Amino acid sequence: MGDILHDLIFDYTLRNVALGSALLGVVSGVLGSYAVLRRQGLLGDALAHAALPGICLAYLLTGSKATLVLLAGAGIAGWLGTLLLLRIVRDTALSEDAALGIVLSTFFGLGIALLTLIQQRNDANQAGLDRYLFGQAAALVSDSVVTFAILGGIALAIVALLGKEFKLLAFDPQFGATLGFPMQRLDVLLTSLLVIAVMIGLQTVGVVLMAAMVIGPGAAARQWTDRLSVMLALAALFGATAGVSGAVLSVTQSRLPTGPMIILCLTVIVVSSILFAPARGIVWDVLRQRRHRRSLTAPALVPEWEGGQS
Amino acid sequence: MTMTSEVAILLTGVLAASACSLLGSFLILRRMAMMTDAISHAILPGLVAGYFLANGPNLLIGSFGAAVAAVVTVTLVEALQRTRRVDGGSAIGIVFPAMFALGTVLVSRFFADVHLDTDAILYGNIEFVNFDRLFIGDRDLGPQSLWVMGGLGVINVTFLALFYKELKLTTFDPGLAAAIGISPILIHYGLMATLSITAVGAFTAVGAILVVALVIVPAATAYLLTDRLVIMIGLSAVLGAVAAVAGYYGAVALDASVAGSIVTMTGVLFGAAYLLSPSSGVIAKARRARHNQQRFAGEMLVVHLFNHEGTPQQAAESAAGHLVTALNWSSQRATQAVSYATRRGLVIQSADRLALTDAGRVAGRQLVDR
Repeated sequence: MGDILHDLIFDYTLRNVALGSALLGVVSGVLGSYAVLRRQGLLGDALAHAALPGICLAYLLTGSKATLVLLAGAGIAGWLGTLLLLRIVRDTALSEDAALGIVLSTFFGLGIALLTLIQQRNDANQAGLDRYLFGQAAALVSDSVVTFAILGGIALAIVALLGKEFKLLAFDPQFGATLGFPMQRLDVLLTSLLVIAVMIGLQTVGVVLMAAMVIGPGAAARQWTDRLSVMLALAALFGATAGVSGAVLSVTQSRLPTGPMIILCLTVIVVSSILFAPARGIVWDVLRQRRHRRSLTAPALVPEWEGGQS
Repeated sequence: MTMTSEVAILLTGVLAASACSLLGSFLILRRMAMMTDAISHAILPGLVAGYFLANGPNLLIGSFGAAVAAVVTVTLVEALQRTRRVDGGSAIGIVFPAMFALGTVLVSRFFADVHLDTDAILYGNIEFVNFDRLFIGDRDLGPQSLWVMGGLGVINVTFLALFYKELKLTTFDPGLAAAIGISPILIHYGLMATLSITAVGAFTAVGAILVVALVIVPAATAYLLTDRLVIMIGLSAVLGAVAAVAGYYGAVALDASVAGSIVTMTGVLFGAAYLLSPSSGVIAKARRARHNQQRFAGEMLVVHLFNHEGTPQQAAESAAGHLVTALNWSSQRATQAVSYATRRGLVIQSADRLALTDAGRVAGRQLVDR
């Protein structure tokens, strides 16, 4: 245990991986909480897939592999994907679920086509673009972590500033509109912030696992509280915990990839929250039901003071 | 019989596309499109377990493992949804990444030195279908994937043919279905089982993302083109096949991934339907809206002139320039209305003065009485 703590502080790789993963956990936990409350969890999945062609195009156009350049491409593509998603839902009779699937798969297909196109050009410099597919937290350098911190910091600062507005957006947008808040613009802003969270996550956990990073912490935190502020704090804590423990596990054990370990740690948190959280936990529900059933079948004539329950 | 690589790839693509998109219509109508995404990703640990059990790549055992994983995924998602602690989308988004992560961990933990290409899991390697051949004894029966895709097609067509009525009823009116003794739950699990088999079979040849795209996108495209279920199902199979052929040649021309190119092509077809569909395309809708707007403005004009005909204000009210103030119109709108009404022969304009024709008077009377 002491060794791990020592390494966390002094080992360059582990420190970067743990810091990057923790940052991702905090940012996606907070923004994902809003997505979960608005029943838009899978938007994170679509955004992550939609980002791939953006990454490839950014590389094709600039020839640069700098984190910020590629992430900007990812962000723009993700944003476009969301826009298209909203248009499909608005203009056609297709459900949101179908629109998600359409945007997700076609953008990703385009991304794969572009990625292979780049690989065929066979320049040595392209290596590493496909790390965005599965994420490669182990390759996080301190440069990327600083970029993450700045991006995530901006996103969290905006959430802190617009806490009240976003709360309205999450729970009662119509009421917010009657109060005169620009709900549509706030919606776009909140979704754009989610894009930032996804951008950070791509390099760490990759396209496929990003859905869990967005949904997991919020879904777990929701079980523990009915207050938004507490839920956001818990989601950040859960996200960071999953990030750090996944990073530590993967670095200290051989042959365990970081991204998937983060997701598995997160899954443990989610499942135990759903089972054991006070008040909302399923286990308590089942126990309560069993107790009630027993009290119903107990002889109704036994007076309460003789052991019957009320 | 030998066949060229090109024919093998094209046939595999077309068969996979038609087999997958056959199921898409019901998934779209039941708002379960994202279950495809979940299943196609979540079968990874099953494939790995199959690889482990068979001590190497084995189509049958691998598919069996994947099918088990698919069933586990559907069951877990539904169990999670039933707890009502999370919404439906979140349940999907919690389960399939966990399964996929488990699969990836298993791969890197136990098979790091074996070739189990994780990229291929996402976008397949349809390029090489001709090299993976099916042998019975010593007889070469051709590319294995052709047999798998053909089998999937047969399974899906049979499933739809046998349970078409039940599927239709439980999709559009589950209450009625249950009332007349068709179990919506049974049909639901039947559909999920067929989808799982399809995902598993297609996955090995064309990868997870192509499966998702081929199931969802052609059916969604067909949905924009017709209101009839039978036509929608047939059309989606055709659209899938078209995307497969066009995608293949696109990939050859650009030297890009065939799977990626086919998916992109399904997207292009969807975009075309989204814009150009005569019934629900964006352009057709905009034109209809514009037409209605013009007609409404023209009718307003006729009623306006009709109401003032024979009154002392007629001269003032029938000046074309007066419409802007009288009806609170923009001048552009006024011009539109006048041009609509004159084109239909309801109004004639001489200099600045508008007058109703006989037909216009009849129309005005009808509109006022309506």
